[in-house]
Amino acid sequence: MNKIRALVVDDNMVNQTMHHRLLENLGIENQVVKNGKEAVDVHYSGKYFDLILMDMDMPIMNGIEATKTLRAMGIRCMIAGVSTRSLDQEKQEFIEAGLDDYQEKPLTKAKLVSILHKINHTT
Amino acid sequence: MDRNHPQHQVLYMRRSLFDQGYIDREQFIQLEELQDDANPNFAEEIVTLFYTDSARLIQNIEQILVNKPIDFARLDDILHQFKGSSSSIGAKKVKEACTQLREYCCAENAEGCMRTLQVVKQEYAVLKRKLETYFQMVRQVG
Repeated sequence: MNKIRALVVDDNMVNQTMHHRLLENLGIENQVVKNGKEAVDVHYSGKYFDLILMDMDMPIMNGIEATKTLRAMGIRCMIAGVSTRSLDQEKQEFIEAGLDDYQEKPLTKAKLVSILHKINHTT
Repeated sequence: MDRNHPQHQVLYMRRSLFDQGYIDREQFIQLEELQDDANPNFAEEIVTLFYTDSARLIQNIEQILVNKPIDFARLDDILHQFKGSSSSIGAKKVKEACTQLREYCCAENAEGCMRTLQVVKQEYAVLKRKLETYFQMVRQVG
Protein backbone atom coordinates (compact mmCIF):
# COMPACT_ATOMS: atom_id res chain seq x y z
CA MET A 1 0.00 0.00 0.00
CA ASN A 2 1.35 3.44 -0.92
CA LYS A 3 2.07 5.79 1.93
CA ILE A 4 -0.70 8.33 2.62
CA ARG A 5 0.18 11.97 2.07
CA ALA A 6 -1.77 14.75 3.77
CA LEU A 7 -2.09 18.50 3.52
CA VAL A 8 -2.93 20.58 6.60
CA VAL A 9 -4.65 23.86 5.74
CA ASP A 10 -4.96 26.14 8.78
CA ASP A 11 -3.99 29.74 9.53
CA ASN A 12 -3.39 29.22 13.25
CA MET A 13 0.09 28.02 14.22
CA VAL A 14 -1.08 26.11 17.30
CA ASN A 15 -3.53 24.11 15.18
CA GLN A 16 -0.98 23.70 12.37
CA THR A 17 1.52 22.22 14.82
CA MET A 18 -1.07 20.02 16.47
CA HIS A 19 -2.48 18.60 13.24
CA HIS A 20 0.99 18.13 11.74
CA ARG A 21 2.10 16.17 14.82
CA LEU A 22 -1.08 14.09 14.97
CA LEU A 23 -0.55 13.03 11.36
CA GLU A 24 3.18 12.45 11.85
CA ASN A 25 2.45 10.30 14.89
CA LEU A 26 0.31 8.07 12.67
CA GLY A 27 3.11 7.80 10.14
CA ILE A 28 1.46 10.14 7.65
CA GLU A 29 3.77 12.35 5.63
CA ASN A 30 2.25 15.83 5.60
CA GLN A 31 2.69 19.41 4.51
CA VAL A 32 1.26 22.51 6.16
CA VAL A 33 -0.08 25.62 4.42
CA LYS A 34 -1.69 28.63 6.06
CA ASN A 35 -4.70 29.45 3.90
CA GLY A 36 -6.94 28.21 1.12
CA LYS A 37 -5.00 29.98 -1.62
CA GLU A 38 -1.79 28.22 -0.62
CA ALA A 39 -3.70 24.93 -0.66
CA VAL A 40 -4.84 25.62 -4.21
CA ASP A 41 -1.39 26.80 -5.29
CA VAL A 42 0.32 23.69 -3.94
CA HIS A 43 -2.01 21.61 -6.11
CA TYR A 44 -1.30 23.79 -9.15
CA SER A 45 2.39 23.11 -8.54
CA GLY A 46 1.65 19.46 -9.27
CA LYS A 47 1.59 18.01 -5.78
CA TYR A 48 -0.96 15.40 -4.88
CA PHE A 49 -2.39 14.44 -1.52
CA ASP A 50 -4.61 11.63 -0.31
CA LEU A 51 -6.09 13.70 2.50
CA ILE A 52 -6.65 17.42 3.06
CA LEU A 53 -7.50 18.69 6.54
CA MET A 54 -9.21 21.98 5.75
CA ASP A 55 -9.91 24.70 8.29
CA MET A 56 -12.94 26.85 7.54
CA ASP A 57 -12.02 30.37 8.63
CA MET A 58 -8.82 31.58 7.04
CA PRO A 59 -7.66 34.87 5.51
CA ILE A 60 -7.14 35.40 1.77
CA MET A 61 -9.16 32.29 0.84
CA ASN A 62 -11.32 30.45 3.36
CA GLY A 63 -11.97 26.73 3.52
CA ILE A 64 -15.28 26.90 1.71
CA GLU A 65 -13.81 28.71 -1.29
CA ALA A 66 -10.70 26.55 -1.28
CA THR A 67 -12.76 23.35 -1.25
CA LYS A 68 -14.95 24.57 -4.12
CA THR A 69 -11.87 25.58 -6.10
CA LEU A 70 -10.09 22.28 -5.53
CA ARG A 71 -13.15 20.28 -6.57
CA ALA A 72 -13.53 22.47 -9.66
CA MET A 73 -9.87 21.70 -10.47
CA GLY A 74 -10.77 18.00 -10.41
CA ILE A 75 -9.19 17.20 -7.03
CA ARG A 76 -11.05 14.13 -5.80
CA CYS A 77 -9.09 13.20 -2.70
CA MET A 78 -10.61 13.08 0.79
CA ILE A 79 -11.18 16.62 2.07
CA ALA A 80 -12.11 16.74 5.74
CA GLY A 81 -13.31 20.02 7.14
CA VAL A 82 -11.92 20.75 10.61
CA SER A 83 -13.41 23.74 12.38
CA THR A 84 -14.70 25.06 15.66
CA ARG A 85 -17.97 25.98 13.96
CA SER A 86 -20.73 23.94 15.53
CA LEU A 87 -23.99 25.37 14.16
CA ASP A 88 -25.63 23.19 11.50
CA GLN A 89 -26.03 26.09 9.12
CA GLU A 90 -22.34 26.96 9.36
CA LYS A 91 -21.29 23.37 8.79
CA GLN A 92 -23.76 22.81 5.96
CA GLU A 93 -22.27 25.45 3.68
CA PHE A 94 -18.83 23.96 4.23
CA ILE A 95 -20.02 20.42 3.59
CA GLU A 96 -21.86 21.48 0.44
CA ALA A 97 -18.64 23.03 -0.88
CA GLY A 98 -17.40 19.47 -1.40
CA LEU A 99 -16.23 17.95 1.86
CA ASP A 100 -16.12 14.21 2.40
CA ASP A 101 -16.10 14.54 6.17
CA TYR A 102 -16.37 17.17 8.88
CA GLN A 103 -14.86 17.11 12.34
CA GLU A 104 -15.24 19.70 15.06
CA LYS A 105 -12.04 20.99 16.63
CA PRO A 106 -10.10 20.07 18.63
CA LEU A 107 -8.89 17.37 16.29
CA THR A 108 -8.00 14.24 18.23
CA LYS A 109 -6.30 11.01 17.29
CA ALA A 110 -9.67 9.23 17.40
CA LYS A 111 -11.26 11.78 15.03
CA LEU A 112 -8.30 11.58 12.68
CA VAL A 113 -8.44 7.78 12.64
CA SER A 114 -12.15 7.93 11.76
CA ILE A 115 -11.28 10.23 8.82
CA LEU A 116 -8.53 7.87 7.67
CA HIS A 117 -10.87 4.89 7.73
CA LYS A 118 -12.96 6.64 5.10
CA ILE A 119 -10.07 6.96 2.71
CA ASN A 120 -10.40 4.32 0.06
CA HIS A 121 -6.74 3.87 -0.57
CA THR A 122 -5.71 1.27 -3.10
CA THR A 123 -2.36 0.38 -4.61
CA MET B 1 5.87 7.81 47.77
CA ASP B 2 6.84 10.74 49.99
CA ARG B 3 4.40 13.64 49.37
CA ASN B 4 7.32 16.02 49.02
CA HIS B 5 8.94 13.85 46.41
CA PRO B 6 9.23 15.89 43.19
CA GLN B 7 7.46 13.23 41.14
CA HIS B 8 4.55 13.27 43.56
CA GLN B 9 4.39 17.05 43.34
CA VAL B 10 4.28 16.87 39.53
CA LEU B 11 1.43 14.35 39.64
CA TYR B 12 -0.42 16.43 42.21
CA MET B 13 -0.06 19.60 40.17
CA ARG B 14 -1.16 17.83 36.99
CA ARG B 15 -4.24 16.43 38.70
CA SER B 16 -5.14 19.81 40.16
CA LEU B 17 -4.93 21.44 36.70
CA PHE B 18 -7.60 18.97 35.60
CA ASP B 19 -9.70 19.00 38.78
CA GLN B 20 -9.81 22.79 38.99
CA GLY B 21 -10.97 22.99 35.39
CA TYR B 22 -8.00 24.83 33.95
CA ILE B 23 -7.09 22.09 31.49
CA ASP B 24 -9.17 19.47 29.71
CA ARG B 25 -7.81 16.13 30.86
CA GLU B 26 -8.32 14.20 27.62
CA GLN B 27 -6.86 16.91 25.41
CA PHE B 28 -3.80 17.36 27.61
CA ILE B 29 -3.17 13.63 27.80
CA GLN B 30 -3.31 13.60 24.00
CA LEU B 31 -0.59 16.27 23.89
CA GLU B 32 1.56 14.13 26.16
CA GLU B 33 0.88 11.01 24.08
CA LEU B 34 2.25 12.81 21.03
CA GLN B 35 5.65 12.92 22.72
CA ASP B 36 8.26 10.40 21.71
CA ASP B 37 12.04 10.15 21.47
CA ALA B 38 12.05 12.52 18.50
CA ASN B 39 9.60 14.94 20.13
CA PRO B 40 10.20 14.57 23.89
CA ASN B 41 8.89 18.03 24.81
CA PHE B 42 6.00 18.34 22.40
CA ALA B 43 3.44 19.23 25.09
CA GLU B 44 5.55 22.08 26.43
CA GLU B 45 6.45 23.25 22.92
CA ILE B 46 2.85 23.53 21.78
CA VAL B 47 1.82 25.20 25.03
CA THR B 48 4.63 27.73 24.50
CA LEU B 49 3.30 28.35 20.98
CA PHE B 50 -0.11 28.92 22.56
CA TYR B 51 1.40 31.62 24.82
CA THR B 52 2.85 33.46 21.81
CA ASP B 53 -0.34 33.10 19.81
CA SER B 54 -2.55 34.18 22.71
CA ALA B 55 -0.46 37.27 23.46
CA ARG B 56 -0.83 38.31 19.82
CA LEU B 57 -4.58 37.68 19.79
CA ILE B 58 -5.14 39.55 23.07
CA GLN B 59 -3.19 42.51 21.72
CA ASN B 60 -5.32 42.47 18.56
CA ILE B 61 -8.51 42.35 20.62
CA GLU B 62 -7.38 45.29 22.73
CA GLN B 63 -6.58 47.33 19.63
CA ILE B 64 -10.00 46.60 18.16
CA LEU B 65 -11.78 47.61 21.35
CA VAL B 66 -10.04 50.99 21.59
CA ASN B 67 -10.93 51.92 18.01
CA LYS B 68 -14.22 53.65 17.26
CA PRO B 69 -16.37 52.28 15.80
CA ILE B 70 -15.53 48.79 17.05
CA ASP B 71 -15.07 46.27 14.24
CA PHE B 72 -17.16 43.50 15.77
CA ALA B 73 -16.81 41.29 12.69
CA ARG B 74 -13.02 41.36 12.95
CA LEU B 75 -13.28 40.82 16.71
CA ASP B 76 -15.42 37.74 16.11
CA ASP B 77 -12.81 36.34 13.70
CA ILE B 78 -10.06 36.79 16.29
CA LEU B 79 -12.14 35.26 19.08
CA HIS B 80 -12.91 32.32 16.83
CA GLN B 81 -9.17 31.78 16.38
CA PHE B 82 -8.55 32.15 20.08
CA LYS B 83 -11.23 29.57 20.87
CA GLY B 84 -9.67 27.21 18.35
CA SER B 85 -6.16 27.37 19.73
CA SER B 86 -7.45 27.20 23.32
CA SER B 87 -9.38 24.04 22.55
CA SER B 88 -6.35 22.46 20.86
CA ILE B 89 -4.35 22.54 24.08
CA GLY B 90 -7.37 21.99 26.32
CA ALA B 91 -7.35 25.46 27.91
CA LYS B 92 -10.89 25.12 29.26
CA LYS B 93 -11.34 28.32 31.27
CA VAL B 94 -9.70 30.46 28.60
CA LYS B 95 -11.98 28.91 25.98
CA GLU B 96 -15.06 29.50 28.16
CA ALA B 97 -14.08 33.14 28.69
CA CYS B 98 -13.61 33.55 24.92
CA THR B 99 -17.08 32.08 24.37
CA GLN B 100 -18.56 34.63 26.78
CA LEU B 101 -16.70 37.44 25.03
CA ARG B 102 -18.00 36.23 21.66
CA GLU B 103 -21.56 36.47 22.97
CA TYR B 104 -21.05 40.13 23.84
CA CYS B 105 -19.36 40.63 20.50
CA CYS B 106 -22.31 39.12 18.62
CA ALA B 107 -24.61 41.44 20.60
CA GLU B 108 -22.25 44.36 19.73
CA ASN B 109 -22.09 45.18 23.42
CA ALA B 110 -18.84 47.16 23.74
CA GLU B 111 -18.94 47.45 27.51
CA GLY B 112 -19.60 43.73 27.89
CA CYS B 113 -16.70 42.99 25.55
CA MET B 114 -14.28 45.17 27.48
CA ARG B 115 -15.36 43.71 30.80
CA THR B 116 -15.12 40.13 29.58
CA LEU B 117 -11.76 40.75 27.94
CA GLN B 118 -10.40 41.31 31.44
CA VAL B 119 -11.73 37.87 32.39
CA VAL B 120 -10.03 36.33 29.33
CA LYS B 121 -6.74 38.03 30.22
CA GLN B 122 -6.98 36.92 33.83
CA GLU B 123 -7.76 33.31 32.95
CA TYR B 124 -4.95 33.28 30.40
CA ALA B 125 -2.45 34.77 32.92
CA VAL B 126 -3.40 32.26 35.61
CA LEU B 127 -3.16 29.32 33.21
CA LYS B 128 0.20 30.47 31.87
CA ARG B 129 1.60 30.79 35.37
CA LYS B 130 0.35 27.35 36.39
CA LEU B 131 1.59 25.64 33.22
CA GLU B 132 4.99 27.31 33.40
CA THR B 133 5.35 26.04 36.96
CA TYR B 134 4.15 22.59 35.95
CA PHE B 135 6.58 22.21 33.05
CA GLN B 136 9.44 23.57 35.15
CA MET B 137 8.71 20.83 37.68
CA VAL B 138 8.48 18.23 34.90
CA ARG B 139 11.90 19.27 33.60
CA GLN B 140 13.38 19.08 37.08
CA VAL B 141 12.08 15.56 37.58
CA GLY B 142 13.47 14.63 34.16
